[in-house]
Amino acid sequence: MGSRTSLASDVSMNSLLSEEERGIYQDPGLIRTVLSTTKTIAIVGLSPKPERPSYFVGTYLQYEGYRIIPVNPRADVILGEKSYPDLMTIPEPVDMVNVFRQPDECVEVAKQAVQIGAKTLWLQLRVVNFEAATIAQDAGLNVVMDRCVKIEHGRYSGSLHWVGMNTEIISARRGQRYF
Amino acid sequence: MAGQKRRFGFETRMLHAGHIPDTVTGARAVPIYQTTSYVFEDTDKAAQLFELKQYGNIYTRINNPTVAAFEERIASLENATGAVATASGMAAQLNVMMTLLDPGDEIVTSSHLYGGTTTQFVHTFRKLGLKAHFVDPTHLDNWAAAITPRTRLLYGETIGNPRGSVLDIEPLAQLAHAHNIPLVVDSTFATPYLCRPMDWGADVVVHSATKFIGGHGSSIAGVLLDSGKFDYSRFPTIADPDPAYHDLRFYETFGHYGFLMKARAVTLRDTGGALSPFNAFLLIQGLETLSVRMDRHVQNAQAVAEFLHGHPKVAWVAYAGLADNPYHALAQKYTPKGPGAVFTFGIKAGNPRLAGKEFIESLHLFSHLANVGDARSLVIHPASTTHQQLSDSELEQAGIDGGMIRLSIGLETTEDLLWDLEQALQATSA
Repeated sequence: MGSRTSLASDVSMNSLLSEEERGIYQDPGLIRTVLSTTKTIAIVGLSPKPERPSYFVGTYLQYEGYRIIPVNPRADVILGEKSYPDLMTIPEPVDMVNVFRQPDECVEVAKQAVQIGAKTLWLQLRVVNFEAATIAQDAGLNVVMDRCVKIEHGRYSGSLHWVGMNTEIISARRGQRYF
Repeated sequence: MAGQKRRFGFETRMLHAGHIPDTVTGARAVPIYQTTSYVFEDTDKAAQLFELKQYGNIYTRINNPTVAAFEERIASLENATGAVATASGMAAQLNVMMTLLDPGDEIVTSSHLYGGTTTQFVHTFRKLGLKAHFVDPTHLDNWAAAITPRTRLLYGETIGNPRGSVLDIEPLAQLAHAHNIPLVVDSTFATPYLCRPMDWGADVVVHSATKFIGGHGSSIAGVLLDSGKFDYSRFPTIADPDPAYHDLRFYETFGHYGFLMKARAVTLRDTGGALSPFNAFLLIQGLETLSVRMDRHVQNAQAVAEFLHGHPKVAWVAYAGLADNPYHALAQKYTPKGPGAVFTFGIKAGNPRLAGKEFIESLHLFSHLANVGDARSLVIHPASTTHQQLSDSELEQAGIDGGMIRLSIGLETTEDLLWDLEQALQATSA
């Protein structure tokens, strides 16, 4: 995907961000590039409880072929993967830092994401912190904010279509999906 | 270019939204997936689908590829975030109620409703422990006065059946949101081509897709849609742990898809009013020509309404496209292309009930039946059919004139429709 010639409008619903901010932090092209180039995702605030949203997302990402690394100081193993107390203690490279924490904790997470050389900082739905976003951007990271990585993946891979959602992907080309 | 944003036009989305030609066959039309079920890749994936951790096909009572194409297409046309198709319009609105309400909850609804909806809101509601307060929709104060702490939503029809009143959606949505409750609108008579209630603040839209969406009188169907903009974070049935799904919190887990995911994975799953794939295919054929048909429907409706308006044997015409109609200004705001193609008129006669019967029996082209929104023109005389058991005084109480005729104007040659109405009016006793 990414480099293919294709048209896609984005979903404008239910964001805390303004139109201009959405253009920066929810750009469809950026999201698709991130999702197609990312391999390893550290999930900060991944819960070991199966009914929690972060667990849904972790399960989904694992099944879609991403390697996930739980970051949760109160768990040893989540979804079969060793859990780390913070980003700094992860002993391997991380492409994306995906955040399920309160907005006021995001500045520290952003600083650590920069320090470990992550390529993307992705703050989940309703997790909005512009200071954290700026820290990551200034260090050259991609930043996505107030978006769910599972929903965005479902939209561009087409799987959300199967449950009647408006993916806003419109194309007459055979098999057109974005990854 | 990759990532380029383009908002495609309504007509383009009528034809393309929700269907991408598949890699194996390249079939251009949406295929009919007439199947009950889907082979799972492995037990692990099956479990994840059932737990809603993956999006995919499970069982046609819950979802189906042909139905999904219809759902995404109508969602695109309504500017909605998604849709759930149902076996009928009645099933769609009941699904909304069962998804949003708990026993003891109340709604405030316009009294200008399809009769079947009124019956559902009175009698079926009573069995479910729900209560509907009916208000004259024309004054916002009536709505505000009827809202109680148990009120969970407001409900109305974009164009009310059968008297053709136009709902003032924008202030009503503001009133609902001031009380942290959603506005639900039945937009059957308008279709997304004539009015998109979500553009005016409505949160949930329902349709009887049987009507203009299918457009050919062939299939019973319904659909419910969500704007994705209402904040369900404190709305009990969407935000609280759901015991029917391992205490899943739908809002927290699915964000702005929470209501729709619950409507599908809980309500549709448990109540079973799923749309058949074949009917979904027919609805898709309808959507592909929706704008062209609706332009013609409203053009013919306006011509017929004007013809009747000036006719000596006609007492009144209730069509908001006429300049002297009390809803004309609202119609110009919400349905500038025309306020639909279903309306009523009254015959001027000594015995209007008898005259109505004579008129119906003299028509040659209009089909006498209990439906609206067919490509063909339709007619019904409520006093001799749906309300025949009522006395003249009871008819009056129900707001039905003994001479009231309901028309659904089709796509025939305009002059032929006028000819048919003229000859039938001539055959009617004064």
